[in-house]
Amino acid sequence: MIPEIGNFSLIIALAVSIILAGLPLIGAQKNNLQLMQFSRYAVVTQFFLILVSFIALAYSFSIDDFSVLYVASNSNSALPMIYKISAVWGAHEGSLLLWLLILSSWTMAVAFFSKGLPLSMSSRVLAVMGLISIGFLLFIIFTSNPFERLFPAPMDGKDLNPLLQDFGLAIHPPMLYMGYVGFSVVFSITIAGLISGQLDSAWARWSRPWTVIAWLFLTLGIALGSWWAYYELGWGGWWFWDPVENASFMPWLIGTALLHSLIVTEKRGAFKSWTVLLSLMAFSLSLLGTFLVRSGVLVSVHAFASDPTRGSFILAFLVLVIGGSLMLYAIRGPSMSGGGNFNLFSKDTFMLLGNILLTVACAMVLLGTLYPLLDQMIDLGKLSVGEPYFNAVFVPIMLPALVIMSMAPLMRWKGDSFANVARKLLLPVIIAFFIGVGLLFIDKGSVMVSVSVALASLIFMSVITSFILRLRNKGNIGAAFKKIPLSFYGMNLAHTGVAIFIIGVTFTESMSLQKDLRMETGDTISLGGYSFTFEGAKSRQGPNYTAFEGAVSVMNPAGEPVAILKPQKRIYPVRGMPMTEAGIDAGLFRDLFVALAEQLDNGAWSLRIYYKPFIRWIWLGCIFMALGGLLAITDRRYRFNAVPGKAVPA
Amino acid sequence: MKKQFMTPLIVFGLLVVLLVVGLIKAKYIRDVPSPLIGKAVPQFSIPTVENQQQLFNSDELKGQVSLVNIWASWCVSCRAEHKLLNIMANSGVKIYGINYKDELTDARRWLSAFGNPYIKSAHDFTGRAGIDWGVYGTPETFVIDKKGLIRYKHTGPLYQDDMENKILPLIKELRAES
Repeated sequence: MIPEIGNFSLIIALAVSIILAGLPLIGAQKNNLQLMQFSRYAVVTQFFLILVSFIALAYSFSIDDFSVLYVASNSNSALPMIYKISAVWGAHEGSLLLWLLILSSWTMAVAFFSKGLPLSMSSRVLAVMGLISIGFLLFIIFTSNPFERLFPAPMDGKDLNPLLQDFGLAIHPPMLYMGYVGFSVVFSITIAGLISGQLDSAWARWSRPWTVIAWLFLTLGIALGSWWAYYELGWGGWWFWDPVENASFMPWLIGTALLHSLIVTEKRGAFKSWTVLLSLMAFSLSLLGTFLVRSGVLVSVHAFASDPTRGSFILAFLVLVIGGSLMLYAIRGPSMSGGGNFNLFSKDTFMLLGNILLTVACAMVLLGTLYPLLDQMIDLGKLSVGEPYFNAVFVPIMLPALVIMSMAPLMRWKGDSFANVARKLLLPVIIAFFIGVGLLFIDKGSVMVSVSVALASLIFMSVITSFILRLRNKGNIGAAFKKIPLSFYGMNLAHTGVAIFIIGVTFTESMSLQKDLRMETGDTISLGGYSFTFEGAKSRQGPNYTAFEGAVSVMNPAGEPVAILKPQKRIYPVRGMPMTEAGIDAGLFRDLFVALAEQLDNGAWSLRIYYKPFIRWIWLGCIFMALGGLLAITDRRYRFNAVPGKAVPA
Repeated sequence: MKKQFMTPLIVFGLLVVLLVVGLIKAKYIRDVPSPLIGKAVPQFSIPTVENQQQLFNSDELKGQVSLVNIWASWCVSCRAEHKLLNIMANSGVKIYGINYKDELTDARRWLSAFGNPYIKSAHDFTGRAGIDWGVYGTPETFVIDKKGLIRYKHTGPLYQDDMENKILPLIKELRAES
């Protein structure tokens, strides 16, 4: 009964979405107040219907209703309750329902925080979001219905994929989807602007907080995924350039470009057509990512549910949404007025350069991701598009972007003199230079290490310089501090995050140590100055798995005990799938990572032991970036109810 | 001048063509069995990953039931199925590898890190053998019977289901054949 309610409310939600997408658009065109005001009710109704259906599915999971096919394939009575709930989005059908729930939550947020917008504008935005939800509702109802029944019902379910039975992965998809779907807001605002021809600085100001929120969720979502891959897959890696990872990284790159470009458009009225294009692209790439992951055109570790029929549906949807919006762009674009003039050497130019680099980087990732498709159409010869390709194209693009990042915040809008900027940057450049040279002489130092760390320090010094410049000649420092807007802190926090991230990546990639070896009980090896002693492995019983748990005691160079690591090798009997749980001793400057690989004869095991310097900085950097975004949107200037068109006092 | 606004649409159009072709191919490859099914394995004689002085000759595949797995160190999905290959190798299934378009050092490091389930792996650096085997993407797994005929092809990573419901029963069946 409950699953039928869920199914039924999805169908009603579809009807409501059709109304949401249709009536307000007509109302806005004909200036009919009643039709326009209608959209807010439709949004609320739609949200509750989708929520009901989501709860119905979660309920079916919690009571082990295995007569529902989706529950039977992704749950088991022995599964702990928290994973029964996260199993709702553990596979294709349910994760789409989560997508939809988040989309309707975003739509609700827009409806409630758009009171400052002209009614014709807000109802157009909501209508576009309604259109998008129609596509997803049709997709769920006709190709991926999570409420399909299974008769006769099996005694027990097939269990959730053990890879997904983990806290990090339980919250990773919701975060990621908040980001993906969040870009639909900017997309809709832009489409509404293109339809009405109203793309002014109010449009940019209004888009900014939505973009930043979506971006910060996406940042956290990607970081969570990377952290999960690190401790759960047992390979010690944090990024694999897998198609699915790329699918989330591309919108991130464009989203980053977009939030910078929006600043220029708001403050200077420049790059308007470029900003419009980026805001269409950010969401389009999110959709493209969904297609690549779900259709099975690319083989990936994440391709847990790929099906060409679904692929054709999403492709048709892509063509309608992306093709339609780009068509609108081609028609309306030429009438967009260009912004103010600026010199070649100005903040404006450097922001544009940074933007272009991010976009090129995104294009390179897209090319690498789609390369297997290109290769089967026309034989392009040998080129393996794994990590080597991505590292080779990505790093050279990002290095100049880091230089720009350290310069642009210190430059003036419209025009600046080289001497002026050079004076501000003189000290940071000198310090960064000496840090770089110093790093050439450390153990395992290389040109790459020294250049990356020098650039990271340059960014950090530039952040400090920009604060000093703000406070200099202000007399009362305390009062001057208070005057600094939150968004300024936000920007600098995020930029510091990038510097931290770069340092983490550089040291982890260049100075990690690794040993794969056979160890018997009592054997000791040393790695990175630490000594690891294998104390043997014994079997253990978990709630829905059996495991071998090893014990490895670690001593630091001084001979003091540091930790006893307990890596596990689990077998989940329902799926018969082996899983590696690494034993990790985390630290700010290094991680010690031990994984059980294979059981060998008489009590011996093959073990993988890693020493990973600075790896925490990778995720710490991401957290800084996200916090920076959070600070930026709390700035008073970007309160959602700011009246567009009027100057808002800072 | 106005053409610049058309560019994104045109680029997207090209992308769609690519995706449509990819989708049709993906469907085709899944639905239509490989034309190699029932045919003898393609002839090759290639140095192995383990020892470049030693050759892996396709004739070795005759006289036993075996799996041929196409893999590469740069292929992330290959890691996903690797544990299953190790399990099958431990339970006595004969697995041969074709290491596809890979650097020798990377391939060797990969095998030492994740375990080597292969009796031997041909180092198909140019992908020449891959063309003969009709490789569509890594990983791919072929089941070879005692006469050296290809009996089954699996595209993409092997999952538990595939192993238990298709590969292992088929191997059992083929071993019973004379």
